Amino acid sequence: MPKIIYITSTGTEHAVDADSGSSAMQTAVQHRIPGIDGDCGGVAACGTCHVWVDQNWLDKIGPARPGIEQEMLALTDGATPFSRLACQIELDDSHDGLVLRMPTDQH
Amino acid sequence: MDIAINDAERARTMPLEDFDVSDVSLYQREALHPYFERLRKEAPVHYCKASLYGPYWSITKFHDIVAIDTNHKQFSSDHTNGSFVLDDTTLNAVEGGISMPNFLGMDQPVHDVHRMAVSPIVAPANLLRFENLIRSRTKDLFDSLPIGETFNWVDQVSIPLTTMMLATLLDFPFADRAKLTRWSDVVTTRPGYGLVDTWEQRTAELMECLGYFQNLWDERQKLPPKADLISMLAHSPAMQGMTPTDFLGMLVLLIVGGNDTTRSSMSGSAMAAHLFPDEFAKAKADPSLLASIVPEVIRWQTPISHMRRTAIEDVEFRGQQIKKGDKVVMWYLSGNRDEEVIDRPQDFIVDRPRARHHLSFGFGIHRCLGNRLAELQIKVLWEEMLKRYSRIEVVGEPLRVPSNLIHGYVEMQVRLHA
Repeated sequence: MPKIIYITSTGTEHAVDADSGSSAMQTAVQHRIPGIDGDCGGVAACGTCHVWVDQNWLDKIGPARPGIEQEMLALTDGATPFSRLACQIELDDSHDGLVLRMPTDQH
Repeated sequence: MDIAINDAERARTMPLEDFDVSDVSLYQREALHPYFERLRKEAPVHYCKASLYGPYWSITKFHDIVAIDTNHKQFSSDHTNGSFVLDDTTLNAVEGGISMPNFLGMDQPVHDVHRMAVSPIVAPANLLRFENLIRSRTKDLFDSLPIGETFNWVDQVSIPLTTMMLATLLDFPFADRAKLTRWSDVVTTRPGYGLVDTWEQRTAELMECLGYFQNLWDERQKLPPKADLISMLAHSPAMQGMTPTDFLGMLVLLIVGGNDTTRSSMSGSAMAAHLFPDEFAKAKADPSLLASIVPEVIRWQTPISHMRRTAIEDVEFRGQQIKKGDKVVMWYLSGNRDEEVIDRPQDFIVDRPRARHHLSFGFGIHRCLGNRLAELQIKVLWEEMLKRYSRIEVVGEPLRVPSNLIHGYVEMQVRLHA
């Protein structure tokens, strides 16, 4: 059960235990973490689970993937090379301690 | 009602090959759902051989719609391949229609450039700026409405609120704002549906729209940049090469997208309150339910019935052979009633779990740009309704928009109860 740390735009930290095999979006929604919407249900089609990943973690999990994830992020407010869609990050024990920063609002 | 019984019976017995869910008369009497229900069960990817708009495929199940909507490589929105609405005459120069290209009808990469030119208007900072204005307008309007008397909710509530919002987004001369409503309606119609008598009349009105906005563009270009859509376009480096045709295309997208849609969700709000009085009472007792009420009413109404794509290569989809050039219609109205994804989909449920999981804004790169602004407008509308009224009663049968695209109302007589 990896521990995932979600940080809101105002700096509040929410540390939760995730189930291996679920995504970082599903985990946030299950734990009712404010700042992740996940409107499309996890297929990278709405861009409402945008998160920023720190450099050291980005090296491990990799940047946004070509295709729909990159296409959606290209249209997302405040997206940077550190941006991912949380629904595309599938969690397992290797993600223990992963830090995800969230924008003020998901668009 | 006889009509409803007849449609339920017809939908059950009619051969599938005779189904044409684009038939506007079905929308005028809100008789679609039994037909869609049968298609979802028996022919979720259905080919209609002949219609007013030619042959087309219907996609009716939630997950299939998401699959098409996010497959931009095989299912194009681009105006050079077809259109993003079933009726080619709406935006293309066919029959009597005129060409009005815009980014909803463009594939990547051009799409992104055009969309990004206007997307800052609905950025979080602007939404914060708009909330107070929306609140004060909504309050003033509700303060002026009679209690216990019958009036047309569409004319008195839905149209004024959405037209004021659109006038603000465009910084459009406020006294002339009724023109926006008219142009919005003219874009999505054809002659013979009560709005225009001939194609020439439609073209003339759209040219008047273009001329009016060309003056605004010229004015704004000479002034320093401001946070309104016309100023943003006039100062956007990427938009300097816009032809009059491109400009009109962009305008009609902003006008229809920013007006007709939320108008229909506001009218649908009154209808939902009327048909589900217990849910309205539940909401009144617990305003924290607004977080689910807002997406729920947008799902339940589904203000845009469909979006269309054009296959740009042969595709096998769910066992059906879709050919290059075929029109593929994603019926959001049906997907939002898909019982495999949405529990009790015909009901308006104010505390629906995962209410945000609906199709009304579309998915993929063409997802509704103004969705957060629309939600804000609907949220304020409901907050003010719930504060004031115990019940909203719809009196008699409403008049619906004769369209398979705009799912809304022309007239809805209501009575408010204190």
